[in-house]
Amino acid sequence: MIPIRPMQSIVTREFKRFFRQRGRLLSSLARPLLWLFIVGVGINRIVETPPGISYLQFLFPGVVGMVVLFSSMHSALSTVYDREFGVMRLILVAPISRLTIVGGKVASGSLLSLLQAGILLCLAPLIGIPLGLQQIILLVAYILLTAVAITGVGLLLASRIDSLENFAGIMNFVVFPMFFLSGGLYPVKLLPAGLQWVIYANPLAYGIDLFKHALLPGSPGMALGPDFALASNIGMLLLFSTITITAATALFDKEARLVRLATR
Amino acid sequence: MPAIVTENLVKRFGELTAVDGLNVEVRPGELFAFLGPNGAGKTTTIHMLCTLLRPSAGSARVAGHDCVKEAWAVRRAIGLVFQESTLDKDLTVYENLWFACSLQNMPSRLARERIDEMLRLFELSDRRDQMTRQLSGGLRRRLDIARGVLHRPRILFLDEPTIGLDPQARRQIWQFLDTLRQREETTLFVTTHYLEEAETCDRVGIIDHGRLIALGTPEELKQAFKGDVVQVRSEKLSELAQAIREEFHISPQLTDRGLLLEVMDGEAFLPQLIRSCGDKIVGINIQRPSLNEVFLHLTGREFEP
Repeated sequence: MIPIRPMQSIVTREFKRFFRQRGRLLSSLARPLLWLFIVGVGINRIVETPPGISYLQFLFPGVVGMVVLFSSMHSALSTVYDREFGVMRLILVAPISRLTIVGGKVASGSLLSLLQAGILLCLAPLIGIPLGLQQIILLVAYILLTAVAITGVGLLLASRIDSLENFAGIMNFVVFPMFFLSGGLYPVKLLPAGLQWVIYANPLAYGIDLFKHALLPGSPGMALGPDFALASNIGMLLLFSTITITAATALFDKEARLVRLATR
Repeated sequence: MPAIVTENLVKRFGELTAVDGLNVEVRPGELFAFLGPNGAGKTTTIHMLCTLLRPSAGSARVAGHDCVKEAWAVRRAIGLVFQESTLDKDLTVYENLWFACSLQNMPSRLARERIDEMLRLFELSDRRDQMTRQLSGGLRRRLDIARGVLHRPRILFLDEPTIGLDPQARRQIWQFLDTLRQREETTLFVTTHYLEEAETCDRVGIIDHGRLIALGTPEELKQAFKGDVVQVRSEKLSELAQAIREEFHISPQLTDRGLLLEVMDGEAFLPQLIRSCGDKIVGINIQRPSLNEVFLHLTGREFEP
């Protein structure tokens, strides 16, 4: 039997924390607006894009991806915070499996990402991207799929870091590069071949490409359109999710954590 | 069936042997204290008994189940209150309790009843919707304990439940634990480094460097230590120690409270001591041995938390 209640309680707790940490709520709303209306509008003035899609419209799927990236990473890395401040110990001692714990974390990370990305999607019509019902349903599925993969990556990282001091390092050396090399700021096909290979290893690139498929209809084949086929995006995200979640569960060694605490 | 029984339990962390061949048996319903200085291996022992750490050697059974092979059965039978609070400060009192019930997969109705019951028992009912970060240290500890017993564990492990609390809050915690024991017949396994707290327990195991060096009721432990402790203060301690060694053939222990002498009959000893070394003595005090003296006697050093 799958223990629904324990998993559900982990999700509920994350949501309560999210809404109570005002700073986090505000920055998660402000960050995409800064990118969109300051960076995006600025660049839109100086670059000349091929007809059909403005730079601002091109940037929009990337910013949605950024919201998913930050939110999923934050949820996943909050396991480190839990460890430092003890709640993880309570979870460790409860009669639940580590798959339940990892599952709860993945579910909360993905749903919180969906919530934040959903708020951002309300702005789509403002920049000339009208959204139909079918598009919205597809986007919800794509966002969840991307968020699961990114949360998986985050949990895998969290299983290897011990303290919050490494948190800043992760932001600088993992999260920002993941965003810059995702195809969200510039089309993958315009990048040098070497960098393209880095992008192939980045799950966010496939997520943002999916968002382009849904948000920029009629653009496939165009310079600013999606870089990959729909099916390969979905396949790669599923692959990333499976690998990272399996690895994170296997590495979620309850004892090792306590030993680290005991011998600290 | 004993509540807890260990056989040559060992835990090594690399070079360090934290628990070194522990044999101990705790009876059902007992209030058992594990007394020892910091780093003696108390927390490591608790973590092994609670299935959080795997023993390097030996075995342990808790509530009749093997701590390694039947870890899940053990987990359902026990509660654990960690040394550091594991409350979520961003949740209210009630939410913290609810979270714990959900992790235990308790049905909602049962959870609600049980939370109300524990809020009453630990006198937290009026704090129910308060944010946990606003609670004082003593209240938080009460909440930590209340949360640890929501699922009616047969055995509750408490790792230093009163650490860092003021004396009044500490007394209160013990009163609550007492009430809990009477109401639910929970076996309590407590670690402490407060000697006076160990005095009130049913039985005490003294642990040092990962080994059990004494086990019994506080009275038994003190009786095994025959006689009285005479504490002598002096300005010339080493000179006085020398004189006492020569005159009475006992070796005094030098502590920061002065010299400590173990003698069979303190009252009869005093006049002799004063007659022979009175000029070097500033003050004398006779004590019935406390657990501190027992510890000093067993290890040759004073008990220092």
